[in-house]
Amino acid sequence: MNSPQHADPPAVAQTPALSIDALGKKCPVPIIMLAERIGEVGIGQCLQVLADDPAAKSDVPAWCNLKSHGFISTTDLARGGWAFLVRRSY
Amino acid sequence: MAYFDAASAEPLVPAARAALLAALDDGWADPARLHREGRRARLVLDQARERIADVLRCRADEVTFTSSGTQAAHLAVLGAVRARQSATRGPGHVVVSAVEHSCVLNAAAYAEQAGSPVTIVGVGADGRINVADFKTAVGRDRTVLACLQSANQEIGTIQPVEEIASECQTLNVPLFVDAAAAVGRTALPGGWSLLAASGHKWGGPPGVGMLVVRKGVRWRSPGPADNREFHRVPGFPNLPAIIAAATALEDFDADRGTMDIALRALTSQIRDRLPELVPDCVVHGDRANSLPHIVTFSCLYVDGEALVIELDKAGFSVSSGSACASDTQQPSHVLAAMGAITHGNVRVSLPRDATQESVTAFIELVPDVVNRLRGSVSRPADNGVPCPTMDLTRSRPGGEQ
Repeated sequence: MNSPQHADPPAVAQTPALSIDALGKKCPVPIIMLAERIGEVGIGQCLQVLADDPAAKSDVPAWCNLKSHGFISTTDLARGGWAFLVRRSY
Repeated sequence: MAYFDAASAEPLVPAARAALLAALDDGWADPARLHREGRRARLVLDQARERIADVLRCRADEVTFTSSGTQAAHLAVLGAVRARQSATRGPGHVVVSAVEHSCVLNAAAYAEQAGSPVTIVGVGADGRINVADFKTAVGRDRTVLACLQSANQEIGTIQPVEEIASECQTLNVPLFVDAAAAVGRTALPGGWSLLAASGHKWGGPPGVGMLVVRKGVRWRSPGPADNREFHRVPGFPNLPAIIAAATALEDFDADRGTMDIALRALTSQIRDRLPELVPDCVVHGDRANSLPHIVTFSCLYVDGEALVIELDKAGFSVSSGSACASDTQQPSHVLAAMGAITHGNVRVSLPRDATQESVTAFIELVPDVVNRLRGSVSRPADNGVPCPTMDLTRSRPGGEQ
């Protein structure tokens, strides 16, 4: 049951250059990991955050919006939780 | 030391405490009985009903007393839906905003299980409903109830109730207004069909709610029949608490203008100063269109539960919409609906007697607490795996701060 929520128009490079595994981590740790590591991908490149804390579902897109990074999609994971696709904007 | 959680429960108003104690002597008997004690209880109950109706600007016989604001909301939603249920086409469509109190959303979910289609209308970043979407939803075929709070309990945003009420009147759809956060704090909107309120939000004792059903609005009990409270609410009413709640409401309402100015000045200081003093602190809601006593903010990269506990240790009682601070471990549905950050969240709701000194001390304390929490990296939930240290500047746009 996939429910991608498109926040940005589809771009060329949507393959994540980095995957952050925050499964099992409670709020706000997934967001801290995202903020810490987004600089590891190039500007315009994507990274993926895997998380299963309920707060991450709203906080990843909210953080991207607040920090002016691109939030691309949320995909449900078969084992529970979500994969969030984010594009570094600057 | 300061109690900043008045939106959960306002401390008992001294006049209400005196009324409560007096009523324990005068108002213990069954108001439905014809004997002397029963008649005396009936008299004080009806007086309380009239005093509350005066403030709510409705008729006394439209006001019924419940055991809580939650019970009032449940009865309002389910009774309105039941009264308009079709024998052949079943229960009708219900519209709610996404930021209603959980008791309204739970009642709508209950109606949905019984066959009512439910539309949940979203809000903007300020927590205000999307008016066009709400009107469209109300215009759907067989809409039997629209539910819109007068103001939000978590962020204080006042909703455009009169605009929606006018649309509902045009379409002949009853409008239920959950006014629990707003009664006694701000002028009530007009045009509603059903209303719920809660006595401990304005300095009455806990255990008193009000369900108001305007004359001519169809309503049918969703539960077993009972003769109490115009056949609307089952069980013996909590008479002493009702009398105390009426006294507290009159007291609060008489002081509303003064209190509005004083508390708005204090919450404005928190709104203005915290984002200056705390990096990555976001204040939620709509300042221009808000209850005077509520201000809510989120501090990025901080655990909301830890923040509440540290503030409590320092003498400040606040609540939080963060998942880790809730008994369900779910983030606030209000913040999520607004697209706002849900972690590191604090709601300050000032009681009537909040002082400048306490608010100044709070504004000085929060930056220290947040800095300390952001500096601590090990968390029990991580099973010993250290949380990455933060470089906040790295992820911050150049123009910010």
